[in-house]
Amino acid sequence: MNIYSIAYKNLLRKKTRTALTAGGIMLSTWVLATLLGFNRGYQQGLNRDIDNMGFQVLLTAKGCPYEAATLMLKGGTGLRYMPENVVSTVYKNPEVEKVTPMLMQGVFDPNKGENGAVAAYLGVDAATFPGMKPYLEFKQGGWFTDNKAYEAVLGYEAAELETREVGDKMLIPGVDREIKVVGVLKRSGTQDDGTIFLPIEAVQKLFGKQGKLTGLGIKVKKDADLDAFENKLYDLPDVQVVSMAQVKTTIMNLVNSARVIVMGIAGIALIIAMAGVINTILMSVMERYAEIGIIKSMGALPLDVFKMIWVETAILCGLGGAAGIGLAFLTARLAEAAVRYFLPYAPNGALVALDGGITAFSFALILCGGLLSGIYPAWRAARVRPLEAIRSEGE
Amino acid sequence: MENNIVISAQDLSKVYRRGSEEVRAVDGISFEAFAGEMVAITGPSGSGKTTLLNLLGCLDNPTSGTLSAGGREVFGGGRAPGERELTLLRRELFGYVFQKFYLIPTLTVEENIMLPGAFYEAPGAKAALDVMRLLGIERRYRHLPGELSGGEMQRVAIARALINSPKVVLADEPTGSLDSRRAGEINEILRSLTRQGITVVMVTHNLELAGRADRRLEIRDGKIHAA
Ligand SMILES: Nc1ncnc2c1ncn2[C@@H]1O[C@H](COP(=O)(O)OP(=O)(O)O)[C@@H](O)[C@H]1O
Ligand SMILES: [Mg+2]
Repeated sequence: MNIYSIAYKNLLRKKTRTALTAGGIMLSTWVLATLLGFNRGYQQGLNRDIDNMGFQVLLTAKGCPYEAATLMLKGGTGLRYMPENVVSTVYKNPEVEKVTPMLMQGVFDPNKGENGAVAAYLGVDAATFPGMKPYLEFKQGGWFTDNKAYEAVLGYEAAELETREVGDKMLIPGVDREIKVVGVLKRSGTQDDGTIFLPIEAVQKLFGKQGKLTGLGIKVKKDADLDAFENKLYDLPDVQVVSMAQVKTTIMNLVNSARVIVMGIAGIALIIAMAGVINTILMSVMERYAEIGIIKSMGALPLDVFKMIWVETAILCGLGGAAGIGLAFLTARLAEAAVRYFLPYAPNGALVALDGGITAFSFALILCGGLLSGIYPAWRAARVRPLEAIRSEGE
Repeated sequence: MENNIVISAQDLSKVYRRGSEEVRAVDGISFEAFAGEMVAITGPSGSGKTTLLNLLGCLDNPTSGTLSAGGREVFGGGRAPGERELTLLRRELFGYVFQKFYLIPTLTVEENIMLPGAFYEAPGAKAALDVMRLLGIERRYRHLPGELSGGEMQRVAIARALINSPKVVLADEPTGSLDSRRAGEINEILRSLTRQGITVVMVTHNLELAGRADRRLEIRDGKIHAA
């Protein structure tokens, strides 16, 4: 006989009540762990996405820079154009290590999906683009080498979507031109997975955009002053400077302000769960006044009774918290899907990154909250006088 | 005889205040209980039997008077022990049995009997088996209280009171919710304890059972009416 098994068995006495209370704790743990995991996952994903772009600065034609950046990240369309000669202008700057010109083109394909969809093609420079993305690995084939060739490299998901392999031909809708697939990339966990890469001059020719670009990726030398360089670029006419560092901060700020609200909700959920714990344990103490009195008449000290009730609270919160953590792991993918649906931009890869630290922190927080809630009921129980048991006997 | 006094009360009183009214539930009772005797306390409802029993068992503090238990003065001369001291005293000296048994419904018979062990170094399974055998409930050890008859539940409660080898067993109407056959059996069990030197003080309404005790104490209005 020990107080742990007494406490545990007492929780089984009112199963529904115990289950409801533990359920409340489970939900608040779930919300907490998921939010913390999301915060970490989103940040990691965003960093990865932006670092994997291979360049720190992106030049686009004038327009809203963040819209442009978002479109770039999502692989969207509707971008404005800038003249090709910016390449040489930019390259003259001593800070520049590499530049790579890009031309994004979206084509509406009426045969895709139920109502048609936009297929996006990214024209890239065969000479410079692969060097900026050294992490891209091929599942099949390799990069095109001729900027004029009607050839394509497909991202992993794009290849699955188009059901094409190396050697297959694919038709570009609207311009009725067949191109040959020369490479399929391995999954990289970035937006490149969904992209169809074409040689830049081929895209210019196919869509009549000779001498035009939608973007220019700039890789800056390691020891260069990034801020000063960006300031110089601002002087260029008709050009937007998108600093990936700024994009990162801006997106993180947006996400953080939303997170403050959601963390508030998590806090309220925690408080409600704690109120539930106080209520449940207090009720269970009240119902057992006589029993507690008997236990004390049999030689239990106030501290023993306090411990017994506290252990009960800890078991309740521990089980609820563990279930909440489990639920968070189980629903991480689901939560991700929901986040992707509601946020304008979400990075690739795992959005809800649950790890040991987050798990331990959420569990510890819930347990502390629970133990705090248990203090009052346990104190009430500890104060029960043995006599009260006998008094309630009546004649 | 002096050495065998287990509980000694001198001029013990308990006064309850209800508004401006004073209720002298126990009114100047002096009483001694000896080792191995069975004392029956009788009297009409509201006469102060339960209050007296609680005072003797150190479950309640007297308003005035002195009380010694196990050869030590517990109350008296303005002395009132703290909760810890009283608890330790209860562990060592007393076992309590109540009309309503107060078994813990979530614990088995064996666990109920071994309950003190959850809180301090108390006799374990071997001692529990011994008392269960003594009370004839050893086959019920895995059962929950809800699965037992009233008579069996009271046996479990007595077993629980005995697990600590108390010097005094205090029983407040232990047969009050039992039929006369079971009441007789429980009474016999309590009687048999005296043979091991245990003092049994029992409150009862049943005059026939009271007649089988070594001594009878009749209480009226908080005073000893007849001994
Ligand atoms: N906690 C209390 N507060 C006020 N009065 C009490 C309390 N306990 C008992 N009494 C009163 O003391 C008297 C004796 O009660 P009790 O000892 O329970 O009698 P008995 O057990 O003989 O029926 C009764 O008048 C009862 O109402
Ligand atoms: Mg009574």
